[in-house]
Amino acid sequence: MSKKPTRVTVNGKAHARLVESRLTLADFLRHELGLTGTHLGCEHGVCGACTVLVNGHSARSCLMIAVQANGCEVTTVEGLTPEHGLSPLQQAFVDNHGLQCGFCTPGMLVTLTELLRETPDPTEQEVREAITGNLCRCTGYAGIVKAALDAAQRLRKGSGV
Amino acid sequence: MKPAPFDYHAPRQLAEAADLLAKLPNAKILAGGQSLVPMMNFRYVVADHLVDVGSIDDLHGILAADGKLRIGAMTRQRELELSADVAKHCPLMVEALRYVGHRQTRNRGTIGGSLAHADPAAELPAVCAVYDAVVHIASVRGLRAVPFREFAVSFMTTALASDEMIAAIDFPIWRPGHGYGFHEFARRHGDFALAGAAALLVVGADSIVQQASLALCGVAPSPSRVEAAEVRLLGQKLDAALIRSAAAAARLVEPISDIHASGDYRRHLAQVLSIRALTDAARRAGVDVPKLV
Repeated sequence: MSKKPTRVTVNGKAHARLVESRLTLADFLRHELGLTGTHLGCEHGVCGACTVLVNGHSARSCLMIAVQANGCEVTTVEGLTPEHGLSPLQQAFVDNHGLQCGFCTPGMLVTLTELLRETPDPTEQEVREAITGNLCRCTGYAGIVKAALDAAQRLRKGSGV
Repeated sequence: MKPAPFDYHAPRQLAEAADLLAKLPNAKILAGGQSLVPMMNFRYVVADHLVDVGSIDDLHGILAADGKLRIGAMTRQRELELSADVAKHCPLMVEALRYVGHRQTRNRGTIGGSLAHADPAAELPAVCAVYDAVVHIASVRGLRAVPFREFAVSFMTTALASDEMIAAIDFPIWRPGHGYGFHEFARRHGDFALAGAAALLVVGADSIVQQASLALCGVAPSPSRVEAAEVRLLGQKLDAALIRSAAAAARLVEPISDIHASGDYRRHLAQVLSIRALTDAARRAGVDVPKLV
């Protein structure tokens, strides 16, 4: 079995591990680092539940092998959450019924965090396009879109929650 | 763990990558991984070696010079989507990229990966076809340049030998003010297209077509130019009737039939989408034509 030394910073914390080549980044985060906030649905790049930020850009962690993240900075849903309470986007999800079973939620939050950073005042269409790569099998899209637009407004006002 | 075991290599130089590809048995190139990794997770693809070309600086970048837009093979689709140079010199590509996968896959997926994978429904190969792009291929034997029409061989098959890799792609820059249009039909946004059409037009005085290019994706085993449509357009006065007549030539393609759509339906889509792409191209070239379909 081929193992490679891999250095990766996850949610601000540096990790150095000897990693088997075929280990996906998603499995690395969950099994090696115990960060189970990143969910695995399909494991072939369709559902978007495993979305994380790699150097600030959203990516499916099931479609990266962990050794590819060598030297990268990764942010998972855990890294989006402040030490106390919830982020404005997370609070908007709670307030707008943006989650039901919660399985797709980590991927939705990560994807929308990138969207709101790049597009602070998105249209409903832009929100819908941003989450085309994230499946919600509760079909709770209406609440999710509403939450994203609400969070954008809160963030623009700078009022946080 | 989903993929079968493999050894991982991350060369930093093009020559080093070429050496690895020449000497390693059953090696695959890892670019953005948005098609290869799912296939490995399914074990459709079982490779003994992965050569990750993501750390080779020479493969990244977008450069406009000498009437050509040169794009490095490892340039991410999202970079192309947001690039001012691409928007200025190759606007059709930006239009087509809106249909490529999703934001998360475009952040990782590369132009070279998309061309080497050669899915018949993919958008970027159709953009190469419509622009007559040239693919630069590297190996231990050096570089060779292959016109895209010779590069795309058939269903997921290209002119690449097992020890070769794409280094860059050249797109001829069309005259400023040229018209362009891209339309496709998929069941859901981001899905592979059942059919798509890409059109480029240069229109001179009195609305006379001086240059025309029309390509289809998702219809045949590889992206196909509709030469009969181009012949009908050239030298003629551009209006609604001409667009209808040119797009009718799209029905002449030999379409694929599969569980997603019958050949007849694809033929119908090819015609309708060609009308829409040509209409957008005409309007952007400054010719006012009504919406036809």
